[in-house]
Amino acid sequence: MKALRNFLDKVKPSFEEGGKLAMFRSVFEGFESFLFVPDTTAKRGAHIHDCIDSKRVMSMVVIALMPALLFGIYNVGYQHFLVTGQEMEFGSIVAYGLACVLPKIVVSYVVGLGIEFIVAQWKKEEIQEGFLVSGLLIPLIVPANCPLWMLAVATAFAVIFAKEVFGGTGMNIFNVALITRAFLFFAYPTAMSGESVWIGTEGIFGIGGASNVIDSFTGATPLGQVGVAQGVVTPIITNAVGAEISTMDMFIGLIPGSIGETSKIAILIGAVILLFTGIASWKTMISVFVGGALTALLFNQIGTTPIMNLPWYDHILLGGFSFGAVFMATDPVTSARTECGKYVFGFLIGMFAIIIRVLNPGYPEGMMLSILLMNLFAPLIDHFFVQANINRRLKRVKK
Amino acid sequence: MAEVIRIKRGLDIKLKGKSEEVFGKSEPATLFSVRPDDFQGIKPKVIVKDGDAVKAGSVLFYDKANPEMKFVSPVSGTILAVNRGDKRKVLDIRIQSDGKFESESFQKVNPSSMTSEKVKELLLSSGFWPFIKQRPYDIVANPNEKPKAIFISGFDTAPLAPDYDFVIQGKKEEFQLGVDALAKLTNGKIHIGVNVESASKIYKSLTGVEIHEFDGPHPTGNVGVQIHHIDPINKGESVWTINPQDVVTIGTAMKKGSYDFSKVIVLDGSSVKHPAYYRTVYGAQISNIVKGNVVETTPLRYISGNPLSGRHISADGFLGAYDTQICVIPEGNTSEFLGWIMPRFKKFSVNHTYFSWLMGSNKEYALDTNLNGGERAFIMSNEYHKVFPMDILPEFLIKAILAKDIDKMEQLGIYEVAPEDFALCEFVCTSKIETQRIVREGLDYIRKELA
Repeated sequence: MKALRNFLDKVKPSFEEGGKLAMFRSVFEGFESFLFVPDTTAKRGAHIHDCIDSKRVMSMVVIALMPALLFGIYNVGYQHFLVTGQEMEFGSIVAYGLACVLPKIVVSYVVGLGIEFIVAQWKKEEIQEGFLVSGLLIPLIVPANCPLWMLAVATAFAVIFAKEVFGGTGMNIFNVALITRAFLFFAYPTAMSGESVWIGTEGIFGIGGASNVIDSFTGATPLGQVGVAQGVVTPIITNAVGAEISTMDMFIGLIPGSIGETSKIAILIGAVILLFTGIASWKTMISVFVGGALTALLFNQIGTTPIMNLPWYDHILLGGFSFGAVFMATDPVTSARTECGKYVFGFLIGMFAIIIRVLNPGYPEGMMLSILLMNLFAPLIDHFFVQANINRRLKRVKK
Repeated sequence: MAEVIRIKRGLDIKLKGKSEEVFGKSEPATLFSVRPDDFQGIKPKVIVKDGDAVKAGSVLFYDKANPEMKFVSPVSGTILAVNRGDKRKVLDIRIQSDGKFESESFQKVNPSSMTSEKVKELLLSSGFWPFIKQRPYDIVANPNEKPKAIFISGFDTAPLAPDYDFVIQGKKEEFQLGVDALAKLTNGKIHIGVNVESASKIYKSLTGVEIHEFDGPHPTGNVGVQIHHIDPINKGESVWTINPQDVVTIGTAMKKGSYDFSKVIVLDGSSVKHPAYYRTVYGAQISNIVKGNVVETTPLRYISGNPLSGRHISADGFLGAYDTQICVIPEGNTSEFLGWIMPRFKKFSVNHTYFSWLMGSNKEYALDTNLNGGERAFIMSNEYHKVFPMDILPEFLIKAILAKDIDKMEQLGIYEVAPEDFALCEFVCTSKIETQRIVREGLDYIRKELA
């Protein structure tokens, strides 16, 4: 450690103003503060500080995302070998999954962090850690077949127009990862929905391959299947090769869907980490589930289309509902910041997600749009609770 | 007595180096410094010059806006220097003590039999007035106003703070005289907040005051929190506050008929070898008590006041006018390898990503002055709320101050707060935002704009 520290101290001057490598100052500082917590001391105000910092917070969220990521990698491989009818082998499943998912992570981080470094250099600011989380969320909420160039374009769009133009981490109105997905969804709808995007059928880097895709293969997600079904009764949901998907399967997560969203077990582990460490607000998280479940129950009472009849627990287990509730709705920057506001914010996200799912004929998933919509309304929700506080103070005067 | 006011939100930070109830021995200080900056909201006009002989109680400077408000020397001796900075701003007035503690004459009085005007005149001309602060703005009280009440916090919950019960013991008579004088300054009541867990014998034996019992973690001992729960400040109102020891100082002068600015302070912190209480005078140089009494293996931070809201001074610095504590802790000017992911068992955090919340509430920590991170925009929410036991939205108030939105500041309750109330917010802040500085600037800004 000492040697590394000495090396950093030695090369530091060339990165400072006027040094040979001054154009990489932000990159150097980013890595330096990553390796060593800076020796900055409190100059005024409180002399002692809690040892929490934004790096710690962000890295905890990354850790909480790990189960979903690992399961996602496995599931991508599993779905591939399911439809190609090849023999299932743990090693090759993971290899295929890695070959599919790792490049997405790399692209997301390189593009996003690249822009962050440039902006930090330009504004002469420290690198901010927010993208550590966004950069991992992005690959987890796209379909397995999402082309890398699309991902790169969408990530660049989101980081620049949803974050940097507002002033960087902490200043953004919308969740950056969801803007990436929304951009993909509206710019390249064919690559983001339908039956063919969820399961990889072609080999990647020579791993796997489509030698014999089985005939009855259908790649639609469970929600997609319910969404297009005719009649009144909820159809039997099947997996890619036609076997029935039970509620337990939805919970375990070996089903088609975006990379990180399928396993509720993995998401539950993440949720426990986030709630245990207090990083995510339990108020927001619980409210999303309550809002979603109640709305689904209400639609069950109406019950005129197949998706209206989908039970509330299936609604919560399917699609991106849980993933969004745990990792997206709880983003402290874009959610409501008053304590009571969090209940309202979460409840409305759950409610709108189900409303969009049920009443929208073309698009069976509602979580993304619901969270983005409520991101926009979070300041309004806060406004009412702040106003209530102000009114209490005014009332005190009159008394 | 009303029922106990229980406060839930807050945080007790247990630091190493707490003092027992013992007095340390030291030579009396010989160098003293009176800093006009200690007294917020005044413009000093200095009337002494280098070489002048002064006694305890001799006028050093007065406030330009209220020329009758005098600021006096705490000791007798000679003026060593009037130090000035940019634009001839007075930094401090150095006084070399002659060790005799001679006093200007002061009449023995009984405040109960005086008129309100006479008491006010006496306190202003004798230099005791500046110990009385007012809210809004957290400045020296404006003598042209009559406050709706006067508040005294009878205990201090800040980390390593002195035990006021111990500090004022045996001063009942003086305290009562001080309270009698203060009672003449307001038409309202004098409220004293006491800790439900301590005996507070002196406070409870006073007449003419209203006692309120409090229970809870820091910042329950902050007078701002107590005001908020007893009789909150509304727009257009003002309340005054004063420290118990300064009440005693006023009472002592009235009883003895001479100036005696001595008070008891505590020297503590993890870098102090033998933490103890000392009897000294405000403005005294601290080197007499800290020299040889600190562990100098690392660079040290000397603080006049508590570690959350005190002022950074040097090893030969001076005790601030309102302070009752000198705290010495290690500087944290070292970089820590991958610190943000380490378990950090020796560091303290309220955040559950670390383990200090599992270590029990009695484990003591030796914290240094490292920021433990870089400054960021607001990211986490609900951090401030948990350590801010008032019905005020701290984050929104801070944002209103940053936006210089006077209407919003007023509506969100800026008149009720002082920077010290935000000290814990600053401690817990993930984004390392300097909330105390922001609040101070906000208070100064709004006072200037509304003047």
